[in-house]
Amino acid sequence: MSKRIELKSLNVYYKAFLAVENVNMVIEPKAITAFIGPSGCGKSTLIRTLNRMHEVIPGARVEGQLLMDGEDVYGPDVDPVRVRRQVGMVFQRPNPFPTMSIKDNVLSGYKLNNSRMSKTEAEEITEKALVAANLWNEVKDRLDKPGSGLSGGQQQRLCIARAIAVEPDVILMDEPTSALDPISTAAIEDLAVELKEHFTVVIVTHNMQQASRISDMTAFFNIAGTGMPGNLIEYDKTEKVFSNPTEQQTEDYVSGRFG
Amino acid sequence: MTAQLNSSFRGTQDLPKWLSPTLLVGFFLASFGFQVLLASGGETAEINFIPVAVFGLLGFSVALYVISRVIEGVRKATDRLVTIMVSTAFSLALIPLISLAYTVVTKGVARFDAEFFTFSMRNVVGGGGGALHAIIGTIEITGIATLISVPIGIMAAIYLVEYGRGTIARLVTFFVDVMTGVPSIVAGLFAYALFVIFFGPGVRMGLGGAIALSLLMIPVVIRATEEMLKIVPNELREAAYALGVPKWLTVLKVVLPTSLAGIATGIMIAIARVIGETAPLLLIAGFTASMNYNPFDERMMTLPVFVYTSYANQGVDMQAYLDRAWAGALTLMLIVMVLNLVARLISKYFSPKG
Repeated sequence: MSKRIELKSLNVYYKAFLAVENVNMVIEPKAITAFIGPSGCGKSTLIRTLNRMHEVIPGARVEGQLLMDGEDVYGPDVDPVRVRRQVGMVFQRPNPFPTMSIKDNVLSGYKLNNSRMSKTEAEEITEKALVAANLWNEVKDRLDKPGSGLSGGQQQRLCIARAIAVEPDVILMDEPTSALDPISTAAIEDLAVELKEHFTVVIVTHNMQQASRISDMTAFFNIAGTGMPGNLIEYDKTEKVFSNPTEQQTEDYVSGRFG
Repeated sequence: MTAQLNSSFRGTQDLPKWLSPTLLVGFFLASFGFQVLLASGGETAEINFIPVAVFGLLGFSVALYVISRVIEGVRKATDRLVTIMVSTAFSLALIPLISLAYTVVTKGVARFDAEFFTFSMRNVVGGGGGALHAIIGTIEITGIATLISVPIGIMAAIYLVEYGRGTIARLVTFFVDVMTGVPSIVAGLFAYALFVIFFGPGVRMGLGGAIALSLLMIPVVIRATEEMLKIVPNELREAAYALGVPKWLTVLKVVLPTSLAGIATGIMIAIARVIGETAPLLLIAGFTASMNYNPFDERMMTLPVFVYTSYANQGVDMQAYLDRAWAGALTLMLIVMVLNLVARLISKYFSPKG
């Protein structure tokens, strides 16, 4: 399962402050969409609106429409908790639950929600998710050890396994490799490419090589100045954005002539 | 030139390792010897250890500082001087503690026997008797106080950290701070006044003592739990939310388990703080010489009150009463020590591994 996400004149506010202004775009299913842009331009804010995670911050709100396969995510009787069960998220810093074993971490989406499952079912889900996250061979002998004992890159893949174990439709990755070394980064990038077979993948990155290597579509965001809202400048196929962008700002940014 | 390295990193020569301890022992011996001389010469009546310590320490500090300054230079000499000052302050702080533990153990051990833990004071005049009624009372009253305070305290802390916003949360925080400073006798009076409403004047009940103690315990539990919940990284909460876990389950299954070790330690400290309270229990739980297992009826003895009454109302065989008082104090101290050990075990067992 993977879903098409449509953003229609989306504005994101923190209290009165407009953080992201008037975004219109369609995020394709079974593809990787990369959000690039300078710090503070609202990429992270925008990706967090896709599963209503920004609402955790008091005063954050959204205007406009966000449709997932035609369903309004911000509709009047939509439960944000249900949205998040379909839209998984991986964060910048690996954050496995320190009190849980590797296996419990993978199953945490079920266990924390009090779902009951048989032992064989639990083992199947664990193996499937860990295999999909390319972590199975490294941890299969120590599934009962704490997840915090793994290396940073392994922890991040554990977090990805945790996100895909609940079989979401969309996976959001907010700078998933910025805290990792190049080898772990390569592992995560390969994984992202594999994940797009089944999921809609959205990735925020500061690494333009990463965006050009793995993404199908690229969205470039920019900000006119401090205190100004972030805007979507250009959204197109990745090759187009990196080789022949329409906007001058995009050209400057991807060629490193920015600022 | 010789093979000497011409390096800007090269410092001055260090003092040999044995010098500082030797100087310390030497100056204390010299100071002691001087006092012995004074005493034998009839200048002072007997050897006083305070001047021994003061002059020994002064001589040692001055000597070490001067030697170090000449050989090692200003920086290292200052370092040594400050080290001496800090160590002295630490020893000074430790003296009352060691002296207290020593006094309680030596005086309490006289009646620290099987009879003390198997008998009450019913029909006992003079020697013999025990504190079983007081130990039972202390365990029951403190236990009930804990049962009342821990759920209220933890839930209040969860409210303050996870849910509380704006005026109400600020008010709760303010009143928790005020409650921390409430004198224990006021808590006792409150419990007494409360029970008088239901049972009439002159009421004495173990439960009242538990209410008074829980009044003192709740703010401590709230504060400790609050601090522990605050240090749970926000990333863990976000990770749970992103998995579609509702907030109450996130608190229950992620935040609380992560901070469990710290909360358990905080609870143990809160218990240790109230288990030695005397004034409120004297008011509302009263004192008795008999066993009373029922906290809902009649007077109930507790260890602090036992110690107090044994000391305040000494009978004919004075020493027997004093011995019982010290044995009671020793028991109380041991209970607190056991609680602290349990807290350490809990925090070791439950803390996140990795």
